[in-house]
Amino acid sequence: MKAFFDSDLWWSFTRSPITVLSAIVALICIVGALFAPLIAPHNPFDLASLQLMDAFKPPAWEGEGDSLFPLGTDDQGRDMLSAIMFGARVSLIVGFCAVVFSTLVGVTVGLVAGYLGGKMDALLMRIADIQLTFPSILVALLVDGVVRAVVPREVHDQFALPVVIFAIGISNWPQFARTVRGSTLVERNKEYVQAARVIGLSPLRIMRSHVLPNVMSPVLVIATLNLGFAILAEATLSFLGVGVPPTQPSLGTLIRIGNDFLFSGEWWITIFPGIALIVMVLSVNLLGDWLRDALNPKLR
Amino acid sequence: MFSFVVSRILQALPVMFVVSLISFAMFAYVGDPVSIMLGQDFTEAQRTALVHDLGLDQPFFIQFATFVGNALQGEFGLSYRLSRPVAELIADRAPATLELAVCAAFIALAVGVPLGVYTGIFRHSWLSRFFLTFSLIGVSLPTFLIGILLILTFSVWLGWLPSFGRGDVVQIGWWSTGFLTWSGIKAMILPAITLGLFQLTLIMRLVRSEMMEVLRSDYIKFARARGLSNRSVYFGHALKNTLVPVITIAGLQLGSIIAFAIVTETVFQWPGMGLLFIQSVGAADIPVMAAYLMLIAAVFVTINLVVDLLYYAVDPRLRVGRGGH
Amino acid sequence: MSLLQVKNLRVEFPTRRGTLVALDDVSFDIAPGEVLGVVGESGAGKSMTGAAIIGLLEPPGRIAGGQILLEGKRIDNLPYEQMRRIRGRQIGAIFQDPLTTLNPLYTIGRQLIETMTTHLPIGPGEAREKAIGWLEHVGIPAARERIDSYPHEFSGGMRQRVVIALALCAEPKLIVADEPTTALDVSIQAQVIAMLKTLAREKGTAMMLVTHDMGVIAETADRVAVMYAGRISEIGPVRELVRHARHPYSKGLMDSIPPLDRRVERLQQIDGSMPRLSAIPKGCPYNTRCPRVFDRCYVERPELLDAGTTRAACWLYAEGAPQGASV
Repeated sequence: MKAFFDSDLWWSFTRSPITVLSAIVALICIVGALFAPLIAPHNPFDLASLQLMDAFKPPAWEGEGDSLFPLGTDDQGRDMLSAIMFGARVSLIVGFCAVVFSTLVGVTVGLVAGYLGGKMDALLMRIADIQLTFPSILVALLVDGVVRAVVPREVHDQFALPVVIFAIGISNWPQFARTVRGSTLVERNKEYVQAARVIGLSPLRIMRSHVLPNVMSPVLVIATLNLGFAILAEATLSFLGVGVPPTQPSLGTLIRIGNDFLFSGEWWITIFPGIALIVMVLSVNLLGDWLRDALNPKLR
Repeated sequence: MFSFVVSRILQALPVMFVVSLISFAMFAYVGDPVSIMLGQDFTEAQRTALVHDLGLDQPFFIQFATFVGNALQGEFGLSYRLSRPVAELIADRAPATLELAVCAAFIALAVGVPLGVYTGIFRHSWLSRFFLTFSLIGVSLPTFLIGILLILTFSVWLGWLPSFGRGDVVQIGWWSTGFLTWSGIKAMILPAITLGLFQLTLIMRLVRSEMMEVLRSDYIKFARARGLSNRSVYFGHALKNTLVPVITIAGLQLGSIIAFAIVTETVFQWPGMGLLFIQSVGAADIPVMAAYLMLIAAVFVTINLVVDLLYYAVDPRLRVGRGGH
Repeated sequence: MSLLQVKNLRVEFPTRRGTLVALDDVSFDIAPGEVLGVVGESGAGKSMTGAAIIGLLEPPGRIAGGQILLEGKRIDNLPYEQMRRIRGRQIGAIFQDPLTTLNPLYTIGRQLIETMTTHLPIGPGEAREKAIGWLEHVGIPAARERIDSYPHEFSGGMRQRVVIALALCAEPKLIVADEPTTALDVSIQAQVIAMLKTLAREKGTAMMLVTHDMGVIAETADRVAVMYAGRISEIGPVRELVRHARHPYSKGLMDSIPPLDRRVERLQQIDGSMPRLSAIPKGCPYNTRCPRVFDRCYVERPELLDAGTTRAACWLYAEGAPQGASV
């Protein structure tokens, strides 16, 4: 721990006020989202507590606002602040799981391709290339569309969350695979790996305990930058109406719902979830940017 | 030159092959086209007849070959949802998407490249910091939210610009254009900015980092040591070297503009291919999805080819067999 | 009068752990037409001195003290635009790696022509003819045909010849050559050095030749400066320094060159390594490795002192040094 606080990484962290600020904001977002059921002022999913009389209340500081609902309410009388906290929770969970999923797939493929080389490498990288030809949001949409066609309508909502995670995760693994493969190719030819091979360690063991730790820092950077992307991708899918089901609204769903009321003057229903989304993604991206620069001294 | 083009086309073929295989698999195995087309009441004989008519009783490879053959002729079957030929639907919608994409690409390049050059050269000026912050916000803002904010500001509050549709269009042959009417041009502004903004920030950041990379290189140091003017160092030596990677990524980005148009078209109810696609995804309308996938793949493969050719024009190292030795 | 005078030059690098002094109190002159060799281990400050002279120190490095004068006029504090007119025109530069110093996207002809038209009052047509002439001078065969070739169409040695042509084409009075042959095949190093030397002599160009190859120095230089830890430890005529180095460090350096005329059992080597810039000891920077160190070396830093035919920064040549000082 002491070594960490003495490291260049920590030093460059404390030297950048924007990074510290975004770390704090990201932390607030994460805590607010994860503990939403405990700290949110209302439970937006408790149908019993919803009063249609409370619908379309503007934020508390506007004339007709109600201090009970600091950021106003939506068309069904749900408290926006609570809805945002619960929505951010869904967004974060989907984003995080999707990144973990693409990291797992990408790192495995990259390690195998880089370490084994030959035909396996050519095949895997060709697949990655072909997929990279298409923007990931399109891949996610297609995967989502196909699954939608396969899964019967009745159970679709139950599967919606894993499907979205899978769709976003699968759309993004090639980036990890390419980076890891590149570093693996370098590591594979280093003496310590040669030595490990000579003493007869299994390829699996060499990959896991010798190559993997040395390719982790670029993976960490990509994963952080990808978290922002994954959250945005989920929001986009939900906005397009093909993401998470309306029973479990994410920030994207909230924005989609609010969009319908844009012209009738209830701007807060769409703008506040929008701001929450921007703040969350911006803070994650700032952290990722800093991490990239800090771990890549060449660019400093 | 000729062999270069041929080899690039040969490399593109497997991509198209895989994509058509995926499209076909979706087409043939996802959902059940027969029951969708027959509706509720049908006899077993009707069903067998339809299966035969559709060629679904043929072996896999024959079916696939028929599919590819039809696709090459622009034949993708009927939309489940709209019961119209898919090719016709797409041809109807294509002009709207292409006009939007061209405008957005123009905005992205015309603003993104100069900003990238500026921020790459004057790394520490306050203006650069401003542009960089702006670009970071740009990549963190989802496209649909940009669209919503623009609509809120310019349509709802200020009432200057329309918030949906293409305005009045003029029909020129089969092409419908919005460029020839004032309302068409006004309708283009917000969607084009929305679609272009993300690519703009991406291109700007890319040009900037390439510029910084090149400015650190030995040949730039040597160009300075030769006493060349700043203008010549930056715009003659550095920019041209920056262009090589920028062309590649900018090209791919322009391709993804067409794909990202899906989101923008949804926000602005822009009657293009993207809106058609998203409606098809919602309704599991597989023939339209398959056709769209093939079309996008073709667009990307073409863009890749053009990018490679540009690359070839910019970088003499690729032109082997020319000059001395 | 000297062509170039460097007086008490000090270059600093501000870092997070305090300021590093990369060059400290470096002084030397170069006369018109003279070749000054600069030797030393990596990191001794040789290249840094060259970069400071052409005004292209890498930020955050900066000149923190001293002066650089070209023909009696200060050039270390000129605005960028004025210094730019001096670079290439008055002071040419040759870099180490010919594979990376030429812009890969422009023909060598274009790079030569733009250099000349920037500095000389001639048009592109005339510059092109001159460029062909320069390529012939530096020994590029079939120069007229090859002027429109791109750098990647030449071998490393040929590219370094092009770089030399580029450095000389605006006829500067001084060339700063930073390890001009290090990156080349051993077999062609001698050719390139010989060509560079001949051209400099013909045109009367002075040269600061930075290298760690003592063979090149012995062959080419008129005088030598030995650098250690950002300072000059000894400077003097090349024959004197090679045969009778005075500073213990130069002596160690010379002893580590294999002689060609006799067999030796074992080459001498200098124990230890040069201190990092952040850990230069008090007193003489060489005191951790010096075989003849004595108490004064730990206390005071030696200036360049007269040591017979050379000048050495060593207390052995001060009054009151221990017995057996003048070797």
